[in-house]
Amino acid sequence: MSRSKHVLSSSLGKKVIMSLTGLFLCTFLVIHLIGNLQLFYNDQGKAFNDYAYFMTHFTPIKVISYLLYTFIVIHAVWALVVTIHNKKARPKGYAVFRGSANSAWSSRNMGILGTVLLVFIVTHMSNFWWKYHNDEVPYVEYRTDLNTNETKVTELVAGEFTDYVKYVDDEVEVIKAKDLYKQVAFAFKEWYLVAFYVISMVALSFHLVHGFKSAFQSLGLDHKKYIPFIRFLGIWIFAIAIPIGFAALPVYFYFFN
Amino acid sequence: MSGNMNLTLKVWRQKNEKTRGKFVTYQANDISPDMSFLEMLDVVNEDLVRKGEDPIYFDHDCREGICGMCSLHINGRAHGPKQGTTTCQLHMRSFHDGQTIVIEPWRAAAFPVIKDLAVDRTSFDRIQHAGGYVNVNTGGVPDANSIPIPKVVADEAFESATCIGCGACVAACKNASAMLFVSAKISQYTLLPQGQTERYSRAQAMVAQMDAEGFGSCTNTGACEAECPVGIKLTNIARMNREYLTAKFFKQEEAH
Repeated sequence: MSRSKHVLSSSLGKKVIMSLTGLFLCTFLVIHLIGNLQLFYNDQGKAFNDYAYFMTHFTPIKVISYLLYTFIVIHAVWALVVTIHNKKARPKGYAVFRGSANSAWSSRNMGILGTVLLVFIVTHMSNFWWKYHNDEVPYVEYRTDLNTNETKVTELVAGEFTDYVKYVDDEVEVIKAKDLYKQVAFAFKEWYLVAFYVISMVALSFHLVHGFKSAFQSLGLDHKKYIPFIRFLGIWIFAIAIPIGFAALPVYFYFFN
Repeated sequence: MSGNMNLTLKVWRQKNEKTRGKFVTYQANDISPDMSFLEMLDVVNEDLVRKGEDPIYFDHDCREGICGMCSLHINGRAHGPKQGTTTCQLHMRSFHDGQTIVIEPWRAAAFPVIKDLAVDRTSFDRIQHAGGYVNVNTGGVPDANSIPIPKVVADEAFESATCIGCGACVAACKNASAMLFVSAKISQYTLLPQGQTERYSRAQAMVAQMDAEGFGSCTNTGACEAECPVGIKLTNIARMNREYLTAKFFKQEEAH
């Protein structure tokens, strides 16, 4: 135990923690984005609200989500520990320091980008996660005729809703759920929130363009056979496709919904 | 002579480690573009000595880019504006007439200032002492090529071994991390058969010493690789991470 403790507190070990938690958060982004795609369905949120219930009530996913919250905290706290340690390594700075001549801007500003993302995560969770868990969202009922596949949507008032239900009664599928979809549509009517989300996704892009490939370097995974693939993944998937996918949603709701 | 330059130098002057330093401005007049940066400083110093002032202290030795003794952070960059050169290989033609040049010592907690621009880099020596060697039994001279080494491996080990230990990697790194230096030293032995016996204790011992000296953590900015006068590659750092983690999690050897 003392051996592994010493490993993780060493200059190399600190980066291993950053790298492993970071990569876990990267995989989460993929799952989150796939879930978000259901918001683009034109079904008044039926698929999405059903999915939101599943994600918050299926035990293995609940366990992973608490792991995720823990990893976000560890990633942020450890970043602070590493930054303080690194500042101590150069107590007296240079009068002139031309970092731009030898390194990418994103690689030198991971702390600032990470802080933007932390503020974003807190805002994002209070907008949706908190409201969903504390019954501050509207309720909705979907009645789908299984023969014609037509869905009737009615908003429920607080008294009419007790818990999520899904059943089929006389060829009609009934779902009663919390309407997170409506909350999303409502939130993204505000231009400043949309702007904040888009800016945060730009920060995410810069954070990942450095962070993703850097995580592999910190773990010692570097070989000319697979590094081009990791660089490709880091740039085109994590720094471009994923942030665009996330940013598209608030923009879509603001302009088209 | 035509083509000579007049320059303004802002030089860091500091009496010793204990005192606070400050920038002092000097004029360097009639400087030939064919001079090296150190020769330019020699000219300024001769002038200072003639005036009875204390000359500017700076490290130098071979003046041909081999020894790793010269340093200097020039206009915000380690070893000046050119890539792949030490300060002694930097010529004044890289600057222009009338330019202001800011000259600072390497800045790192592990590189305390001795005087002016000279810093104490013995922390690098102590890291080397911790494991940057191989133990060889004395005896008869072994036959040449008695241990086969693949060409690619020999080349890679040689490239790592070209590190001159100047400290530009630490100076250029925003975290004052010594990982490029330490990883090059670990790599040159790890890659070769002769280095296998102490392979895992070496990685642990050198990293532990690096941390004890107060160098920062690597954040993979790549500044060290870009500023390294001999072109040591970042892939060395990945190898060091691999060696260290393997040693800690999968091997019996302890740091000795």
